[in-house]
Amino acid sequence: MHELALAQSIVELVQDQARREAFVRVTAIRLSIGSLAHVDPRALEFGFDAVARGTVAEGATLSIDRPAGTGFCMDCRKNVAIGARGEPCPSCGGSQWVLVGGDEMRVVDLEVE
Amino acid sequence: MCGICGCGQAGDADTMGAHGPEHSHGDSHHHHPHGAHDHTHDHDHDHGHDHGHDHDHAHVHDDPHSARVIKIGRDILEKNDRFAGANRLLFAETRTLALNLVSSPGAGKTSLLVRTLKDLGGKLPLSVIEGDQQTSLDADRIKATGVPALQINTGKLCHLDADMISGAMGRIPIPRDGILFIENVGNLVCPAGFDLGEASKVVLVSVTEGEDKPLKYPDMFHAAGLVLVTKVDLLPYLEFDIAALESNARRVNPRAEVLRVSTRSGDGLDAWYAWIDARRRQMVAA
Repeated sequence: MHELALAQSIVELVQDQARREAFVRVTAIRLSIGSLAHVDPRALEFGFDAVARGTVAEGATLSIDRPAGTGFCMDCRKNVAIGARGEPCPSCGGSQWVLVGGDEMRVVDLEVE
Repeated sequence: MCGICGCGQAGDADTMGAHGPEHSHGDSHHHHPHGAHDHTHDHDHDHGHDHGHDHDHAHVHDDPHSARVIKIGRDILEKNDRFAGANRLLFAETRTLALNLVSSPGAGKTSLLVRTLKDLGGKLPLSVIEGDQQTSLDADRIKATGVPALQINTGKLCHLDADMISGAMGRIPIPRDGILFIENVGNLVCPAGFDLGEASKVVLVSVTEGEDKPLKYPDMFHAAGLVLVTKVDLLPYLEFDIAALESNARRVNPRAEVLRVSTRSGDGLDAWYAWIDARRRQMVAA
């Protein structure tokens, strides 16, 4: 359940931001979780509800963008869409590609009061 | 929850037991989020329009500028990565090769470590950090070899993070010009996402597991610099296609090196030590 640790990180990040920007309540948090990131969004939502209790983030809704995976294929010498690790390059069928996007985990913005 | 993090895999009674009470959580988690998920989505739509609007009205007397959006763009793992960066700096300054050993429970991490420490001990400084949910059994096995070891009990957490390693470095001797082995919690899912500041992750997969492990747990195999196929002395007794396992590992991670070892017979250990040696020389050269 590493999602709990990630949820805790999100709450800490929001608390840190609350000290800097002087807000008392967060109503919405927008995340960008790449479709190939090491995280299950449902588990993250569940963990977040639990760890946000009693903090500035309590009750905030999470909205989660899921950018698609992108790999650079060394044989095709171009970026290709990647659905999952271990999948072949959709263009040439080879496996010589490296992930260049779609595994990020970021807090994009907050709606605050 | 176990289904997500992989902690509750068969064969690890300790982990299963520890997770037992949480299963009710897990169940509610599995039902709850389904509802909560849809619910949240509804909320999103509401928030976009009604809720935001209502809030303006509701709070207009309190604070006319109450609702606002703050752009953040910060990485969720930034705190972990900050500690990992500090660890990496410490390892570089002390020319310590840090290796993060990961696998499912029972793949043979501790046995391989004990054998490795016996074979390399006396030749260069060594230290070990052991991560487990509970008990100091593994650290006790390591200490019996004479190598300093520190046990970290992660409790309910299913992985080590960089902060834990940073704290541990103050409590064991830094193996200057030597090797720090970090044995992560037995789990093929969660430790993949947490950089500890190591030079490389080494993933162990035993021949009693299955050829398709790399495809089932691609994140971990993708994150590893070396795949060690362990317990190869058992191959004559198994129907196991080791070439298929290796090909699956390379499919997920074309850059990974793959070595076959047996801690019991000693087969392949020279290649493992040669890999370590090459990494040490790489680090000194860098």
